[in-house]
Amino acid sequence: MADDERVISRIIDVIRTLEGMTPDVLAKVTPQTNIVRDLNLDSIAVMDFILELEVKFNTVISLDIVAGIETIGDLARVLEPQSAQVTQ
Amino acid sequence: MLAKYEHLKQAYARVRDERQDPFNVHFEKISSPTQGIVNGRPVLLLGTNNYLGLTFDASCVAKATEALRLEGTGTTGSRTANGTYSGHKMLEQKIADFFGRAAAMLFTTGYQANLGMLTALAGREDHLLLDADSHASIYDGARLSEASVTRFRHNDPDDLFRRLRILADLPGDKLIVVEGIYSMLGDIAPLKEIAAVKRETGAYLLVDEAHSLGVLGEHGRGLAEQAGVENDVDFIVGTFSKSLGSIGGFCVSDMPDFDVLRLASRAYMFTASLPPSVTASVTQALEVLVAKPGLRSDLERNAARLYDGLAKAGFLLGPTVSPIVSIRFDSPEIAVVFWNKLLALGIYANLALPPATPGRQSLLRSSVSAAHTSAEIEFAIKTITTVGIELGVVQHAREAFLPAAQ
Repeated sequence: MADDERVISRIIDVIRTLEGMTPDVLAKVTPQTNIVRDLNLDSIAVMDFILELEVKFNTVISLDIVAGIETIGDLARVLEPQSAQVTQ
Repeated sequence: MLAKYEHLKQAYARVRDERQDPFNVHFEKISSPTQGIVNGRPVLLLGTNNYLGLTFDASCVAKATEALRLEGTGTTGSRTANGTYSGHKMLEQKIADFFGRAAAMLFTTGYQANLGMLTALAGREDHLLLDADSHASIYDGARLSEASVTRFRHNDPDDLFRRLRILADLPGDKLIVVEGIYSMLGDIAPLKEIAAVKRETGAYLLVDEAHSLGVLGEHGRGLAEQAGVENDVDFIVGTFSKSLGSIGGFCVSDMPDFDVLRLASRAYMFTASLPPSVTASVTQALEVLVAKPGLRSDLERNAARLYDGLAKAGFLLGPTVSPIVSIRFDSPEIAVVFWNKLLALGIYANLALPPATPGRQSLLRSSVSAAHTSAEIEFAIKTITTVGIELGVVQHAREAFLPAAQ
């Protein structure tokens, strides 16, 4: 499995724990999935989701970077091993 | 121009009863710290954060009236432009002495205190670490600062430590921001453990004691006093609009050169300063807080009584007994109906709905006052329980726990 696929698979593990996620939504998650629209998360739910990912990936993503994340692909890019630890 | 708020408008319309708007209640009269008139009928005030009940304290009213007569209704500008009044100096000295700190700065509201402090303290290279459940004023201050901002899991010192360790090698100061009592569920920060993280990592620590000033600690100095970690707290922020019964905010600190912030904090520099009547009543309220420790025991007793009464009736509450007692609901619809029924039965509490609530819960939030009588607390427990049974929120009447009717 390539690094980016591995990252997306770990992101999906966290999405699975979010309230109201159905197998149908989970099955459709791709790098193009829009976090707000396709996962139906409000702005605070997005921040909580990313907080959990920061814990899982043992990293820190500052809120100004969070503000620029729209898709699962964007998220994977900041969580990828080479960029993880700190994204400022 | 306002089309972007359509979703907000629709959400708002869903919670508004035909007769009553939960977020715009009109009190035709406020008669005491615990009683008001809504729609021509008396209501018990159970959601006003008037923890010590000082809004009608005769000595505070007298001092405010005297200042109003002697010095007028307002300062008409900022202290930077219009100068400092004796009342400002006196209150700064008083609040610094109360906390045993070298210096204090006043702000015109508690919101501005967080805005003014966070923007001035945290610069471009610095890092702010905010508890995830922080008040909007903390988020707004963080957003306006040029610092990197990260949220840590609510009340989780381990997650805070993990983040500080990752940031350790980066340049810039690290400032941890937490609250004494969190305003939605009334839960309390694990400040001893957070202070230990701060010591170990060399970060700075700011505690917002908005809801804990006058409430926690043997002398009412808040959570830092209660947890025995005042020496670890670099900045205490708070408000005069809750336990001290007026309006305004402050920050106290022992930091050398603290006064330079008067030239760096825009929320201090570019807004009108507190009027003389306010500084006078707050100065007096601090005297009362010190002179009457019994107010804190009354508050503690009332909080425990309401919390225990509602817990025994079967309501799902916050994790800690504190003057903020919130009932958690599964759905916003039930919370809205519950809130309306309570108001119709003569109780005003707060309705708090997602997304502005922790964990997206819907809350009926009460805040207890030292000024509530035992009869008022019993009335609240009985009425809330009756509505809970009627709406099926609590399953059955447990008469043993219901106080006698008034």
